[in-house]
Amino acid sequence: MNNKLSRNLYMIPYAIWILLFVIAPILLVVYYSFIDTQGNFSFVNYEKFFSSVYLKMTLSSFWYAFLITLISLIIAYPTAYLLTKTKHKQLWLLLIIVPSWINLLLKAYAFIGIFGTYGVANSFLEVVGIGTQQLLFTDFSFIFVSVYIFIPFMILPIFNALDNVNPTLLDAANDLGASKWTTFRRVIFPITLDGVKSGIQITFIPALSLFMLTRLIAGNRVITLGTAIEQHFLVTQDWGMGATIAVFLIIAMFIIMFITGHRKRGA
Amino acid sequence: MTKKRPFANIFLAIIFIILYAPIFYLIFYSFNSGGTMSGFDGFTLDWYKELFQDTRLLIIVLNTLVIALLSALISTIIGVLGAIAIRSFKRKQQNTLLSFNNVLIVSPDVIIGASFLILFTIAGFRLGFYSVLLSHIAFSIPIVVLMVLPKLSEMSPTLIDAAKDLGASNWNVLTKVILPYITPGIFAGFFMALTYSLDDFAVTFFVTGNGFSTLSVEIYSLARQGISLNINALSSLLFLATILLVIVYYYVTKRSGTRGVNFRK
Repeated sequence: MNNKLSRNLYMIPYAIWILLFVIAPILLVVYYSFIDTQGNFSFVNYEKFFSSVYLKMTLSSFWYAFLITLISLIIAYPTAYLLTKTKHKQLWLLLIIVPSWINLLLKAYAFIGIFGTYGVANSFLEVVGIGTQQLLFTDFSFIFVSVYIFIPFMILPIFNALDNVNPTLLDAANDLGASKWTTFRRVIFPITLDGVKSGIQITFIPALSLFMLTRLIAGNRVITLGTAIEQHFLVTQDWGMGATIAVFLIIAMFIIMFITGHRKRGA
Repeated sequence: MTKKRPFANIFLAIIFIILYAPIFYLIFYSFNSGGTMSGFDGFTLDWYKELFQDTRLLIIVLNTLVIALLSALISTIIGVLGAIAIRSFKRKQQNTLLSFNNVLIVSPDVIIGASFLILFTIAGFRLGFYSVLLSHIAFSIPIVVLMVLPKLSEMSPTLIDAAKDLGASNWNVLTKVILPYITPGIFAGFFMALTYSLDDFAVTFFVTGNGFSTLSVEIYSLARQGISLNINALSSLLFLATILLVIVYYYVTKRSGTRGVNFRK
């Protein structure tokens, strides 16, 4: 039928896109993970990945991502909660989101100035009496800046989830004699769990793979999976090893998405 | 229900201050005649002057805009047609297609960048303007599809049947019925694609090659060399541009009734 024809016509560019830019790249990454530096087929990259150097790096990358996600969540949840209580909440939410539209590199660059030896952070420490510290190129600055960058992304899904909580449920809990804390623990938090999960998903995976922050802020002290991939592809030109790490990052991504997956798509 | 607690307001105020402080810090020091981001020596507009005399940087800004507009336009066309096609499949096939669609949305940038680099190299494609443009189109298509699909499912199928009964050709159905109906979704998709492209660093960094650069990549290489207040001047201008874009986007989505603001992971 002519209906089908037009559908297929619309489908062509989209289908080409799926083939060329979705399926082909994944297959190529998997293929390259089996290629050694000489261009032969081998498992040497996987052997290398399971050596202590790479396992340690993977573990520390996960540890940092975990810390970043946890701290973001601890800050974002109350923020989102308080935001839903404000008068013009959509406007305030927009104001929270605006910084996330500023180019990531510029924000990282700002922190190079702030955390620098003579930056405001150190002037502040000087005033408080702690004295000048080495802030840039430390774990602290890396985690701080990452949390700074991810907070808006964590707030948004939690805000949406909280905003959808039916207020009559809270009244019901109140009428049934639940304390504020019980209401939160037994009613609000379970309802907003899906929002928390998408927040975690949105933060954890990029936290594993950000490489510009480790370069600019952590001064190569922190090596994440992303940094390692970038290093192998663009610096040492060992694409095979880079692809192997990429394969593991993809696997990690699927695991995280599976754990934080929605049972049902809300709102 | 809840009483006004000063604690809540203080907490929110601190969050807002922390979120905005770095941005205003950058803008503040763009007027510093001292040349560093510490110790304000005096007011100057020299960095802005220098910025506007830096032809190389201006060309990069132009490149970035051209890439963003072109990639947003092309990905919107492909994405809208794709979304219309997806809607006409059966439920199960729709879900399969959507899983493919979402791969690039959830993939970390490094993976997209690295895999596209392999793809272009294997295909013998020269890295530069076109590889960056293609990559940007590629990662913007799925978000356009996601913005358009809800509008399409809102549309009653009887509208199309009615148009057909009244003798409309397929082309007429598309241009006179479907497209006008989903226009808000198309605009939202276009704007998202635009911001994705303007914001992107990691993917571009992988596929940009030598001769070609976008703003993000340029800022990265400048920032690696240390502080130069040109970047501060540039960031004030970008901040202004972002605010303008946000306002436009806000009105577009407000008019279309798309709920909430979506953004990049």
